[in-house]
Amino acid sequence: MEEKEEELKLLGTKLSPFSWRIIWVLKLKGIEYDFIEEDLRNKSQLLLSSNPVHKKVPVLIHGGKAIPESIIILLYIEETWLKNPILPNDPYERSQALFWAKFADEKFLPEIEMAFSSTGDDQVKAVELATAALEVLEGEIKGKRFFGGDRIGFVDVVVGWIAYWLEMVEEAACFKVSNSKKFPSLHSWMNNFLEVTVIRENLPSPDDLRIFFHDLRQVKCDSLTQEIK
Amino acid sequence: MAEEVKVMGMWISPFSRRVELALKLKGVSYEYIEEDLANKSPLLLKYNPIHKKIPVLLHNEKIFIESTVILEYIDETWEGYSLLPEDPYQRAMARFWVKFIDEKCGTAVWIACWSEGKDQEKAMEEAWEHLRTLENELKGKKFFGGETIGLVDIAANLIALWFGIFEEVAGIKLLDEEKLPILCRWIEQFLSCDLVKESLPPRDELLMFFQARKEAITASKSMVYKI
Repeated sequence: MEEKEEELKLLGTKLSPFSWRIIWVLKLKGIEYDFIEEDLRNKSQLLLSSNPVHKKVPVLIHGGKAIPESIIILLYIEETWLKNPILPNDPYERSQALFWAKFADEKFLPEIEMAFSSTGDDQVKAVELATAALEVLEGEIKGKRFFGGDRIGFVDVVVGWIAYWLEMVEEAACFKVSNSKKFPSLHSWMNNFLEVTVIRENLPSPDDLRIFFHDLRQVKCDSLTQEIK
Repeated sequence: MAEEVKVMGMWISPFSRRVELALKLKGVSYEYIEEDLANKSPLLLKYNPIHKKIPVLLHNEKIFIESTVILEYIDETWEGYSLLPEDPYQRAMARFWVKFIDEKCGTAVWIACWSEGKDQEKAMEEAWEHLRTLENELKGKKFFGGETIGLVDIAANLIALWFGIFEEVAGIKLLDEEKLPILCRWIEQFLSCDLVKESLPPRDELLMFFQARKEAITASKSMVYKI
């Protein structure tokens, strides 16, 4: 049996954008897999043994080998299934793509997480930092249909959550970063991204997401109130 | 056509030193340009205008930033010595441990060094936990890369030299031979390699640099080493 036909499982959660990054790429490459929904309040033995260090999803299990961390999984998929590449061929362009994915995950995402989890001055500060990072991303997408050029690529998949999840996160926590007047190029990109068939057909229910973020925000606010007490 | 390879870095930065070690392992000649981040040069602002950070690798007029991204570029561009394994799963594991070193070990050790009291105790426990997890990866191996230095070893330059400096300045002991025997053995092995020695700053000068800034670091608690 060819290595590539070995059993492929994806452990994830249907509400998390990190799991959807993997789903989108598997679909773009036409790769068959089994999705296993994890209950993060009651983690399965499979998850705990597959990602003993972080105990987080997503984890890709290919022929019994477990690969954790979404970006690392994406690179593994790219290097194992060569059809429909999501990274550019040219080493410089590839390096740029890796850089922008890292930038978005390290400079923008954590600030949104912080803004969602905080109130008052802490939230204001997080929104400022998130806005600064988004301005940089706006500069990068300007004049391009996708971060990957004419077709969606690695960076689009990594930042794809901005086109769908961000609005609901902002609503639930009463802050606004992705102002369409301030970020016109990003907003065009968001529309382009959501129109791609594989993406459009593979998104979680907006109602489920709204409820999830609303409830989670409540939990965060409660714990903040308790901390003050 | 002669290749133009330049590295912009800081002598105290583990991140630019990683790039230098990788190039040395590949046998690539490069020009090193020391950057003073307190007084950014026009050259840095030209090559990295958006982020204004080091290291920057310049290769035939193309610019590369972020040490781990640069390392991947170096590995795929120059043949000969391999920094990453061939097998995709092994590559994934190497990338995983590089991330773990920077995000988990780096952060925990930094906080452990510059915090006080109960916070410090807690941070030290966390740092030990992470370092023990990392140490497990070395079992039965000379280096993280196996018989030879690989990507993870290069990224762990932070542990091999900088962690020892930080703990000395902070007056704590994290890299304890009793608690982390395998990691300490690896540090010795790593630091004894000629190319590694060539790629590192003199220990006493590095120590002086951080000692002089101890107060400022403790007060700000900023990740100043993440330049």
